Amino acid sequence: MPVVKAVTCPVCGSLCDDIELTIQEGKVVKVKNGCAMCESKFLGYNGEHRILKPLIRKNGEFVKTSVKEAVKRAAEILAEANYPVLYGWSSTNCEATRVGIELAEEVGGVIDNTSVICHGPSILSVQDVGIPSCTLGQIRHRADLVIYWGSDPWSAHPRHIERYTAFSQGRFENSAWRGYLTKIKASQVRKKIESAVRRVFLKEAPSIPPLIRREPPPSIFREGRKLVIIDVRRTRSAQMADYFIQVEPNRDYELLQAFRALIRDEELEVDQVAGVPVEYLEEVADVMIRCNFGVLFFGVGLTMSSGKLRNIDAALSLIRDLNMRTKFVIMPMRGHFNVTGANTVSTWQTGYPYAVDFSLGYPRYNPGETSVVDVLLRKESDAALVIASDPVANFPRKAVEHLVKNPLIVIDPHMNATAQMADVVFPSAFVGIEACGTAYRMDHVPLPLKKVVEPPRGVLTDEEILRRILSEVKKMRKKRQVEVAA
Amino acid sequence: MVTYQKLKVTLLTGRTIEQGVGKEKGKTSQEYVDSVTVCFIDPEDLRKLGIKEKTNVQVSTEHGSVVVKALKSIRGPHSGIIYIPYGPWANVIVNPETHSIGMPSLKGIPAEIEPAPNKPLLSLRALLNQQFGKD
Repeated sequence: MPVVKAVTCPVCGSLCDDIELTIQEGKVVKVKNGCAMCESKFLGYNGEHRILKPLIRKNGEFVKTSVKEAVKRAAEILAEANYPVLYGWSSTNCEATRVGIELAEEVGGVIDNTSVICHGPSILSVQDVGIPSCTLGQIRHRADLVIYWGSDPWSAHPRHIERYTAFSQGRFENSAWRGYLTKIKASQVRKKIESAVRRVFLKEAPSIPPLIRREPPPSIFREGRKLVIIDVRRTRSAQMADYFIQVEPNRDYELLQAFRALIRDEELEVDQVAGVPVEYLEEVADVMIRCNFGVLFFGVGLTMSSGKLRNIDAALSLIRDLNMRTKFVIMPMRGHFNVTGANTVSTWQTGYPYAVDFSLGYPRYNPGETSVVDVLLRKESDAALVIASDPVANFPRKAVEHLVKNPLIVIDPHMNATAQMADVVFPSAFVGIEACGTAYRMDHVPLPLKKVVEPPRGVLTDEEILRRILSEVKKMRKKRQVEVAA
Repeated sequence: MVTYQKLKVTLLTGRTIEQGVGKEKGKTSQEYVDSVTVCFIDPEDLRKLGIKEKTNVQVSTEHGSVVVKALKSIRGPHSGIIYIPYGPWANVIVNPETHSIGMPSLKGIPAEIEPAPNKPLLSLRALLNQQFGKD
């Protein structure tokens, strides 16, 4: 059976490119090196939820149709619309996004990608403050202090810790994996002994001992790689960490500013900040200053909570301050596999990373005004094209209400909540499985996506579908101009 | 009629590995639906509500109300905080306010939770129909 090596995984922003797939009779039958999400995608993508024929809604019901018919209907919707929204883009390749931007310009609409509801505030902040960053390779080989803030890599980027940070074996830093295993074993043994002692001597039913050790353990001051997690819940990642700081919800900003004060050797005149005793924070600040190469990864825990972009301002400023004392970098944990690519393509084509409005004929960017959720909440759009995304499952209800009221075109390989509400649905080939292309990893490194199997018969790629819609829209608009002139 | 106690809590939404696996399998798959119709509650809050795991609960915010299944959180203690994975069910109750920067407020929302053992968990289709009058 042929084995395809070095496949890039099209799931999360970690973009692991060491996946090995075994192909049998045009199907992926075995996945090696992948995480649970990777396996689920490669082995389950072709299930019963797959759409195989274009669908058009007629009298409230979906009717199967030809690609040509669907392209015509989609082009009609877009050409007739005054202010359409083109949304998604983060789970397709850069090549499709490039065509999408041309389409948005042609129809005078708003083109926005999913970063608007994940790391949009981070981008705004980076534009304000700047970002000291590097590639994940640098972090793998050099970082001796790894901090995740408002991010649960174990759940959202399952191989991030193993491939790029604390548990990876770098050239200059060893993996902390063995230490973690020893810690787990020791805690299991301790729990067993405690439970046995309690049963034998106290004749009590064993209860679960409190697991959280609130003060920083001595191990946090040792040499070598250390993992610190700051979050509102004790996530799975937090259980692996050398130290976990539990911050109260919506109070990250205070904690970030407290760290800024501490690393400038200022005294805090309070006992605790965001529910954490200041003396513990002082010790962590000390660890930050004493590291050789530190990195702060931040997730949507910061961008979605109260303060939003101001949280990121504070985080970026904290890293700037830390760079006065040692070497520190910062990186957002990007979610979808090519959300960074969607930002990058949008930036080089229009000058702006997301929320780009073409209604005046030139690109305009003003998140809060030209961002898709706001356009929908103000009920301004009159049609939408959604590609490789599921806003009905991801937008607040009020925004979805307006989205589904107007004509809706969906391009997606799977049936999802948005496709169920659409007027035109195009089945598409899975990018990274049935279509090749380029994607950008969270550290802005472009990686090639492989085509390992053929798409089902008659199913086109995102790029091809968009090209056909674009060419049909151009034809219709030209025809209309001729009619108006006559 | 039994009256249940209501509890004021802070709602967080976010990713779980089960939701991640479910979404890659297919957004209409049972795995996905099962992974996003749950609400992780601290054991102490479960005790306060007087319910056991897997009882349906109604979570309400000023933006909407939805029925999900209560699960005991092993990520505690986080008394006063409930966690619902991202998905169509969570979206009914999250805060659409973007504070003029495009980003809705999806974490840290004041909410109220009460046991609803007699109210059904809606299917995706029924939920979309109920919320948007379209399926």
